[in-house]
Amino acid sequence: MTTLALRRPTLPLPVVAGAAVLAWVVAWFVEAPAADWLTFTVIGLQPGTHLGEAVAFFLEDLPKVLLLLLGIVTVVTLIRGFFPPERIRPVLAGRGLVPGSFAAAGLGIVTPFCSCSAVPLFIGFVEAGVPLGVTFAFLISSPMVNEVALVMLWGLFGPGIAIAYMAAGLTVAIVGGLVIGRLHMERYVEDYVWELQGKAVRPIEIRLTWADRLNDAWAYTSTLVRKIFPYLLAGIGLGALIHGYVPTDLVVAIGGKSNLLAVPLVVLLAVPMYSNAAGTIPIVQALLGKGLPLGTTLSFMMAVTAISLPEFVILRRVIKPPLLAVFAGVVTTGILIIGFMFNFLIG
Amino acid sequence: MRTIEVLGSGCANCRRLEANAREAVATAGVEAEVIHVTDPREIVSRGVMSTPGLVIDGEVVSAGRIPSAGDIALWLTERS
Repeated sequence: MTTLALRRPTLPLPVVAGAAVLAWVVAWFVEAPAADWLTFTVIGLQPGTHLGEAVAFFLEDLPKVLLLLLGIVTVVTLIRGFFPPERIRPVLAGRGLVPGSFAAAGLGIVTPFCSCSAVPLFIGFVEAGVPLGVTFAFLISSPMVNEVALVMLWGLFGPGIAIAYMAAGLTVAIVGGLVIGRLHMERYVEDYVWELQGKAVRPIEIRLTWADRLNDAWAYTSTLVRKIFPYLLAGIGLGALIHGYVPTDLVVAIGGKSNLLAVPLVVLLAVPMYSNAAGTIPIVQALLGKGLPLGTTLSFMMAVTAISLPEFVILRRVIKPPLLAVFAGVVTTGILIIGFMFNFLIG
Repeated sequence: MRTIEVLGSGCANCRRLEANAREAVATAGVEAEVIHVTDPREIVSRGVMSTPGLVIDGEVVSAGRIPSAGDIALWLTERS
């Protein structure tokens, strides 16, 4: 009896899911015309004016980004639930450096990653015999080539930029893994990690129902959206100001290809913006519209997601400073090269 | 006396799971001790790589997710 009392009564799952999908689709098609109508008819601003364009950008972008986040993060979290690190570890263990790095970078896209899990993940990989380079390929790819960034890029800029971002991120992860593997830096891993090697415990596998999975995905998404909402608001506000007021000439003069310092500058700017990928995308959207080159834009996005001081501090618990420095150096260099290369190749 | 262990580094998700576990103990009306395990070696030795993990009486019941207080209470009563 107690067992029954503890279960919460809920509507049938297909009904809830179906209604949510329908509401999402309707909102997606209604929001842009609604924003224009609100700006130019209800508020009565003139199209083409600074203020009118800025307000329209804000009112159109906020629901759009929120819809993208809510819809996509829920779906993606649901998919990621099928690829926990416990399940992909046996796939990577005992592979050579080259095939392993490719596999790790690819699996990094679908595997959920939280910097607070980085330490147990690192120990778990190393003790099971996953080579050091392969482990780093995964540690670079997983936060950087995350599906949330990919889908936001796809939704706001189209498939071209999303695919370019994915290709660039995978390249940095694979090359980074290969470089770290070839440098043979095993002695810079904290000694206690090696003591556990060969004592790998078979990873646990827990069966979940679809209801569990859907509940988890929704709980994760709503927590995430609530957490990043202030940054999103600030990002879209700043994006709106740039869109309405900043002249294209200024962006091109400072951020254009002729200024070689632009790529390192945006990477530096991105370092304190860790974990605010969603909030930075509207700023990027506005800057790209004002003529910021694609390579510079990609470097900025990649640096926001991949260069994270809190994560470096956490990883210090398992690796010694020289390896940490190589890790940070390889990632930063990779991002800079990608930026310069895209700027050079395109246009 | 039952034992519930929360495996995690002390991050926000782990604290949320610990709160759910304490709530579950109260709801289910069982006598249980809630312990927070933060040593990564200890966490990995239980076969868990994605935190937070939840262990009831030595058995890992969840990893990489935050089960609700209701779910945990259900596991506690099912296992007694």
